[in-house]
Amino acid sequence: MMVADMIFYLFAALTVLAALGVVGSPNPVHSVLFLVLAFFSTAGLFVLIGAEFLAAILVMVYMGAVAILFLFVVMMLDVDFARLRHEGVRYLPIGLTVGAVMLMELGLMVAHHRLDHGTVATNTVDNTFAIGQALYTRYLYPFEVASLILLVALIGAVALTHRERKHVRRQDIAKQLARTREDAVELRKVVSGEGAS
Amino acid sequence: MAVGLNHYLVLGAMLFTIGILGIFLNRRNVILIMMSIELVLLAVNVNLVAFSRFMGHVDGQIITFFVMTVAAAEAAIGLAILVAFFRNRATIDVEEIDSMKG
Repeated sequence: MMVADMIFYLFAALTVLAALGVVGSPNPVHSVLFLVLAFFSTAGLFVLIGAEFLAAILVMVYMGAVAILFLFVVMMLDVDFARLRHEGVRYLPIGLTVGAVMLMELGLMVAHHRLDHGTVATNTVDNTFAIGQALYTRYLYPFEVASLILLVALIGAVALTHRERKHVRRQDIAKQLARTREDAVELRKVVSGEGAS
Repeated sequence: MAVGLNHYLVLGAMLFTIGILGIFLNRRNVILIMMSIELVLLAVNVNLVAFSRFMGHVDGQIITFFVMTVAAAEAAIGLAILVAFFRNRATIDVEEIDSMKG
């Protein structure tokens, strides 16, 4: 067995175990950390298969942003997770049935069709270069649409979570600019010994 | 037997099934359902990258790129909805989200 094959089996086993941990862990914080492990193992597989750019993206975007966002929300919301968990076992039989049937179907499909076309010619250009070349020519418009999707998500997330606080002093620039000397300053004649009340 | 396309497809199928199983097992908890959806999308990505590699075409990796973009947007919006919902109702139980009687 070659070293690359052993690395594949190692990372694949890690990915599947981490995925089981995500699904089965009683503590949601542990679930998020298992999710990070699953992403990281998959990034290892991507490097192994020659998709270095996507491996880097997976580590940066998923582990650096999405998983941390999940962790942030899990820790910020004061939810009684044990109570939510309590009835989950009720759905275990149907879940296992659906899972087994689905795995059997997918396995049959993979086993039945011989999809391998032998080994592929090694990459002549490096992975990032090839992706960039395709992304900025043939896939330029989808790329622009992806940026729009991210913009919509950005604005949507802010709009959804924003709330107006009462009893908070805010700076109102229009109000500041509308002030005139007359309603801001008053000149008084103070009589000696009485003070300005 | 050398590791080939089929190995990656089997891995993708297992990840996909575990993700679906997670949706069934954690039916009450929206956060875990969303994490299961992330697992399902990861399985899709594994399949796409494997096909891209073994067919010798870079397009699969481009599609993976877009899948990641949409998944990140989905996670951000989903969690924002979750935070807004929790602020109003003080729970994230799926069974309680039935105001519209769907």
